[in-house]
Amino acid sequence: MRDPRPGRIVYCHCAYAKVVPEDVKQDVLRELSASGASFDAVADLCEMSARRDPDLHDVASEGSRIVACYPRAVQWLFSAAGTPLPEGVSVLNMRTAPARDILDALDLPQPEDRP
Amino acid sequence: MTAAAVTPASRLRVVLYEGEGSRPIDPSDRFTILALLLKGGYPVTSVRGRAAAVPERRTHPLLVLGRFERSLPRAAESITGGTAVYFRDLDGVAADEVSGLVESVHAEAGTARPGGWKPWFPVIDFSRCTNCMQCLTFCLFDVYGVAEDKQIQVQNPTNCKTDCPACSRVCPEVAILFPKYKMGPINGDVVRAEDVHREKMKVDISALLGGDIYAALRTRSVEAKERFSRERDEKRALDERRRCLAKLQEQLDIPPEVLLALPTQDEIRAKTERLMARAGAADGGEG
Repeated sequence: MRDPRPGRIVYCHCAYAKVVPEDVKQDVLRELSASGASFDAVADLCEMSARRDPDLHDVASEGSRIVACYPRAVQWLFSAAGTPLPEGVSVLNMRTAPARDILDALDLPQPEDRP
Repeated sequence: MTAAAVTPASRLRVVLYEGEGSRPIDPSDRFTILALLLKGGYPVTSVRGRAAAVPERRTHPLLVLGRFERSLPRAAESITGGTAVYFRDLDGVAADEVSGLVESVHAEAGTARPGGWKPWFPVIDFSRCTNCMQCLTFCLFDVYGVAEDKQIQVQNPTNCKTDCPACSRVCPEVAILFPKYKMGPINGDVVRAEDVHREKMKVDISALLGGDIYAALRTRSVEAKERFSRERDEKRALDERRRCLAKLQEQLDIPPEVLLALPTQDEIRAKTERLMARAGAADGGEG
């Protein structure tokens, strides 16, 4: 059964290479974790694709917003894993866009409560 | 799949739960926990608000971390549909100690260790691929194979030579991506008309260098060895070889050891003919 959450946010940490600027990754992750949003953070979408990780099936849900790298790369990584991205998934590229632009596009909710 | 292929073995998936029944985690601790676990290769779902701690569909063992309002007895851990769910309370655990906690559950669950391999492998853009099979015949490492529907596919991603984009250089349609490559369009950036022209030029240039760049390289290598035997100057011969390799590596961005082992154009042609004949025989057998 697919996760029914709409507009799911998926963040890729690209943990096994240094192609995504470190400051962009850190800033996006910091703001995501400070927001009130639920999100999925994965260590590396490439590695999941190579393993054909069944969790990609959930990640690729309708309306997802994937924060990773080039949309063409993300699209075919999912396809290679046998879980093609459905319509309406957007991909935000941390290799080219500054963190601020990505966070603006995500339009994160404010946290509801504080410890 | 070969023994070297990556398998979808069970991995530990972590849920950082701050929903109903669990107190919020300090934002800076939350960031520290997330960053450390991701660095360690663990996927983490950060759950806030009313979302469920345990998703209905689970494919991997799950570890739910939270500051639970009521202590969860170990008996609350369930095995549902063959997938284990573990709970651990974070109260009294420093953010930088959470990795150790996760490692201990990973050991208990017997899940596969994340990481350990730079995921470097080709990804095919099928909106551009013409199924010409040049990558299949060119690749030295049997990364590619042919699916039942005769479509090219990446069968053995872990066989790929790390940081070698050689097959993407021979693809006439710029249809082969390496998402972790430094430059476009091989890294997945949009393919422009000039990119297609440039990639084709590289293939042409390699073919024009003495008709066959790899044969030329081998000739240079043989010549260097002959000079070595004539002149008894090992250092000069090796330097010459290194210079030649460095120049080619710069042009094509292909590791020298791969360049030296690449098949000749004749070998590629022979392999293509063999594969085509095999595919033809299979077609005949089916018909």
